[in-house]
Amino acid sequence: MITAGCDVGSLSAKAVILKDGEILASHVIFARPEPEDSAREVMGGALKTAGLTMDDVSCCLGTGYGRNAIPFARATVSEIACHGVGAQWLLPDVRMVIDIGGQDAKAIRLDAKGNVIRYAYNDKCASGTGRFLEIMAGAMGISLDEMGRVSFSSGNPVTISNQCVVFAETEIISLINAGRDIPDIVAGLHRAMAHRVASLARGIELDEEITMTGGVAKNPGMFAALEEALGTKLSRLSVDPQIIGALGAAVMAGDVACQG
Amino acid sequence: MIVAGCDVGSLTTKAVILNRKSILGHAVIDSTFKPEESAREVMDKALTSSCLSMKDIAFCVGTGYGRQRIPFVGKAVSEIACHARGAQWLMPTVRTVIDIGGQDCKAVRLDPGGNVVKFFTNDKCAAGTGRFLEVMARILGISLDELGRLSPQSGEPLMLASTCTVWAQAEVIHHLNARRSKADIAAAVNQAMAGRVAILARSVGVEKDVCMTGGVAKNMGVVLALEKLLDISIRRLRVDPQIIGALGAAVFAREKMEGVAG
Repeated sequence: MITAGCDVGSLSAKAVILKDGEILASHVIFARPEPEDSAREVMGGALKTAGLTMDDVSCCLGTGYGRNAIPFARATVSEIACHGVGAQWLLPDVRMVIDIGGQDAKAIRLDAKGNVIRYAYNDKCASGTGRFLEIMAGAMGISLDEMGRVSFSSGNPVTISNQCVVFAETEIISLINAGRDIPDIVAGLHRAMAHRVASLARGIELDEEITMTGGVAKNPGMFAALEEALGTKLSRLSVDPQIIGALGAAVMAGDVACQG
Repeated sequence: MIVAGCDVGSLTTKAVILNRKSILGHAVIDSTFKPEESAREVMDKALTSSCLSMKDIAFCVGTGYGRQRIPFVGKAVSEIACHARGAQWLMPTVRTVIDIGGQDCKAVRLDPGGNVVKFFTNDKCAAGTGRFLEVMARILGISLDELGRLSPQSGEPLMLASTCTVWAQAEVIHHLNARRSKADIAAAVNQAMAGRVAILARSVGVEKDVCMTGGVAKNMGVVLALEKLLDISIRRLRVDPQIIGALGAAVFAREKMEGVAG
């Protein structure tokens, strides 16, 4: 049986196609202004990779901020549930998922069956979301990829005293003007951001086996900073952390398809 | 006896020169990176405007974010106390002072003697501070003055759903792309700003009379929206609301000298 999941987020759209417990294809694109266009484009990309058409898919579930605008989704599920199910499908022992997206951050606790026990999220304040890193990378004139790498060469990380993205941006511009090295500034930013996300996670109590999903999980500096802030190792995913929401939707689509 | 107050803020620096009865001179300049430099420059300007020199000043009190680094002051006093004292000197019946600066916002409640009873400050989040308006004015491609003036021209009211400056900025861009008028967007920005400030003001307990100090008090869009939200009238000050901190500092300087003299 072939199922699919489509996750239309604020900044990117993701699609995953599953066949009999295996990922056949996945695709990630930048979100278009219309969520419907994003959904069609990203699913089209994934189907093309898999050499399939929409007719081959028994059931597709939609998730993400634009989930109600996905024309081919049979039903929609919350991002929280999808990230939990997707992460546990890959790592059965995972009990906590920290998902940092372009415009939000979530901490989700799961039971052994993948049910969500508790969750906390921040989408009110840009600090502690992907946008924080994006704005800071822009201010420093480096790419997000570069930002993820350079913090490892920091010898003396700066302390960022502002939490607010707007104030922190001014702060790092002063640090650059004061001649501080980019790696030291980036390491400080990662720490600040990790601290913020760790507080969110601690709010629902940490559990054993934690993993990180969402685009920010691809940033190795951030990954390491979060491990440091939480005082524990994070389990690494074997696939792109950005597709976990779509993967969870595809997994749940299997249950829906079985129920008819 | 002539005294002075100097308020070195994050964005602007202000000086006021005072004798026993009235303001002899004042000046406002943009802050430079060095508080010492800003302080000297603004004080020179205020002295020149009142045909005085530094040796005529019996005592000077410093306040604001850079107050510890003003070379010519005899004493540093907190901004909260200075805004309260400055407002009360102008308007003895004032009981609530709402001060919105470039990077913070304060609500201060006073007793009839002008002493601070309770206050709250927000300097952690750019929303509800002058910075919020600055960011929005920049995206709208208008000056801060225009942002304040445009509000009353709004035909169709608009609302911003986000508190966060970063998210609200995205909303404003969205409205611009949807070809909403700048007046409608400006009104929404000023309304959002007032909403944030109202929360802070309510938490100290608003009592009459109420006045507003700081640069944002010059934005009538925010002042009118705040009056509506709090269901009060905000008394207008007879001098530039931006110099109230420096004025309060000067009042403290005079009290200090009178204390010495007495």
